[in-house]
Amino acid sequence: MLDLRNYSSLGAALRAALERWPREICLIEADRERENCRLTYRQFKEAALPFARALQDSGFAAGNRAAIIMTNQSKWLISAYAIFYCGGVLVPLDYKLTAMEHLQHLAHSKAEVLVVEYHLWRALTQAEGFAKLSVKTVVVTEAPAAADPQGAKRWEDFRDNREPVFVERTRKNWASIVYSSGTGGRPKGCVMTHDNYLEQCAALTSLFPFWPGVRYLSILPTNHAIDFMIGFIGPFVCGATVVHLRTLRPEFIRDAFTRYHITYMTLVPMVLKNLEKAMRQRFDALPPPRRRMLDRLIALNRALTRRRPHLWLSRFLLRNVHQAFGGQLRALFVGGAFTEPATLQFFYDLGIPVGNGYGLTEAGTVITLNDLKPFRADTVGKPLPGVELRIVNPDSNGIGEVATRGKTVMSQYLDDPGMTAATIVDGWLMTGDLGRLDAMGHLRLLGRKKNMIVTEGGKNIYPEDIENVFEGIPVKEFCIFAANYVWPRRTMTGEQLVLVMRLDDAAQFTDELRSQIAERNRRLPDFKRVGGCLIWALDFPRTASLKIKRDALADEIRRTTGRSAMISL
Amino acid sequence: MQSLQEVTEEVLRLAASHFHVPREQLSPNDDFFKKLGIDSLQALDLLTRIENHFHIEFPDYELQGVSDFRTLAARIQARL
Repeated sequence: MLDLRNYSSLGAALRAALERWPREICLIEADRERENCRLTYRQFKEAALPFARALQDSGFAAGNRAAIIMTNQSKWLISAYAIFYCGGVLVPLDYKLTAMEHLQHLAHSKAEVLVVEYHLWRALTQAEGFAKLSVKTVVVTEAPAAADPQGAKRWEDFRDNREPVFVERTRKNWASIVYSSGTGGRPKGCVMTHDNYLEQCAALTSLFPFWPGVRYLSILPTNHAIDFMIGFIGPFVCGATVVHLRTLRPEFIRDAFTRYHITYMTLVPMVLKNLEKAMRQRFDALPPPRRRMLDRLIALNRALTRRRPHLWLSRFLLRNVHQAFGGQLRALFVGGAFTEPATLQFFYDLGIPVGNGYGLTEAGTVITLNDLKPFRADTVGKPLPGVELRIVNPDSNGIGEVATRGKTVMSQYLDDPGMTAATIVDGWLMTGDLGRLDAMGHLRLLGRKKNMIVTEGGKNIYPEDIENVFEGIPVKEFCIFAANYVWPRRTMTGEQLVLVMRLDDAAQFTDELRSQIAERNRRLPDFKRVGGCLIWALDFPRTASLKIKRDALADEIRRTTGRSAMISL
Repeated sequence: MQSLQEVTEEVLRLAASHFHVPREQLSPNDDFFKKLGIDSLQALDLLTRIENHFHIEFPDYELQGVSDFRTLAARIQARL
């Protein structure tokens, strides 16, 4: 791999990689059984430079900001490289947000350029507030020939081969503004420097190395912080190959493993659990003698890999399982949310280590990672090299808020010094998560200090953000909490939201009210729905400006009422 | 071209058969996540079945923000 100490920016490191491995394949884009494109490092450069040239011709200069809204595809990476080449600041937006949220983030980030897929651009142009969009240049990809791009330039029209000017950046310059979900519509733009990324990349690849010939399967969109690092920067600075799959459908993922002989892949807990379920069903369908043999081989593999993984041995013992994954798989990575230890152990026992970790966008993605020496399913691993970790104000069991410090921690929240000061205290990033360090230096996560949940799909849900959907239900007042915030359970599993309601005087919880709540719930995406409700007999405590004192209310509920009082919806 | 009503009916029939529930328990305005108790990955499975039936290709992102059968049917009809 490149020695990242020699580079001062992502643009410089990527540029060196494109020169170093011109004939290696860097990118394959597959859609179902089709292959849309396959690029060598040289071809990647040739695809990116006309776009960089067009950006510079439009006046895009060092420090200017450019947003990308795209699904998981090759042009995401090509655009990002062109932006870094011009010294720009990347604003990766989640394509799954609504058009309104996109507009809000574009305005907040002050992006001057937007690179966007046609169907997403069309949604933006139809959204309320589109007229206020202040982006100067919009570049749209994959617009049908007959479609009106509505003021946007077409990606396919950039053919100018005059060499653009490479713009140097320093490590302290901004590389990106990454939006982390915030409450009450208050955008949280995490400002990441080139130093943050280069340090994180060096630390991660020291634990899980890439090299030419390694194939990384990317199913998460590249705006996802983990995929940006492990599915773009990491493989590229090592000469490896990224295989993009433009669908999440299980049958095509299975097919991609064998077709491309995948080495690594990152997934969210929900997809990992789904994979586990499908494999267990297959094992259960085996004839009893073969099933008994498989169980014995799994037990033998477990015993022989207790201290550390033995890849070749596991591939030999459990050949059929490994062949189904293409025969070259070295590890899976899981992130974005908490993963149940039983699932991690299931894969490890098959000889497929899962690099389970813990991180935050604010901390440059990964804070701790399982180093497999030995594998531990019950923790989220040890801090990465160069990352400091401490438990703030631990109780008698050693449990307290997790705080981290190091070169990977973001510089600030964009244009929000108040929130920055509350989050980074004396150089330490306060995570809002509760944990304990064990004697081996492994971190165990044991709940949250903040009122939120994280779904198995990796989405952060803040209760305040969904309360407006329940406005108008016939109750005196209501408020939504994360159940584990009200009743701490020292676990990260089974998180759900609870709707606390104060009924009108003499009113009862009727079937009519229940069905009204259910109807409101259906307006929300499945992962944002309230799981239960609680009838509260007292008026909510409020501030002088009549805002609900959430902490006081949660304290009161915790003190007087058990979780069992919750009515399931 | 099939009408929206016809496409909706076909979608309901396919969903009922795919998830083994009686057809009459499903109606066009039902939220399929809630009604069928499925997650987004299972919804993608259903989509594959729908694609094979209608001989269309339906990118994953088309399912974004869709949770009821009627809207799903409208998106399918637009691609027929």
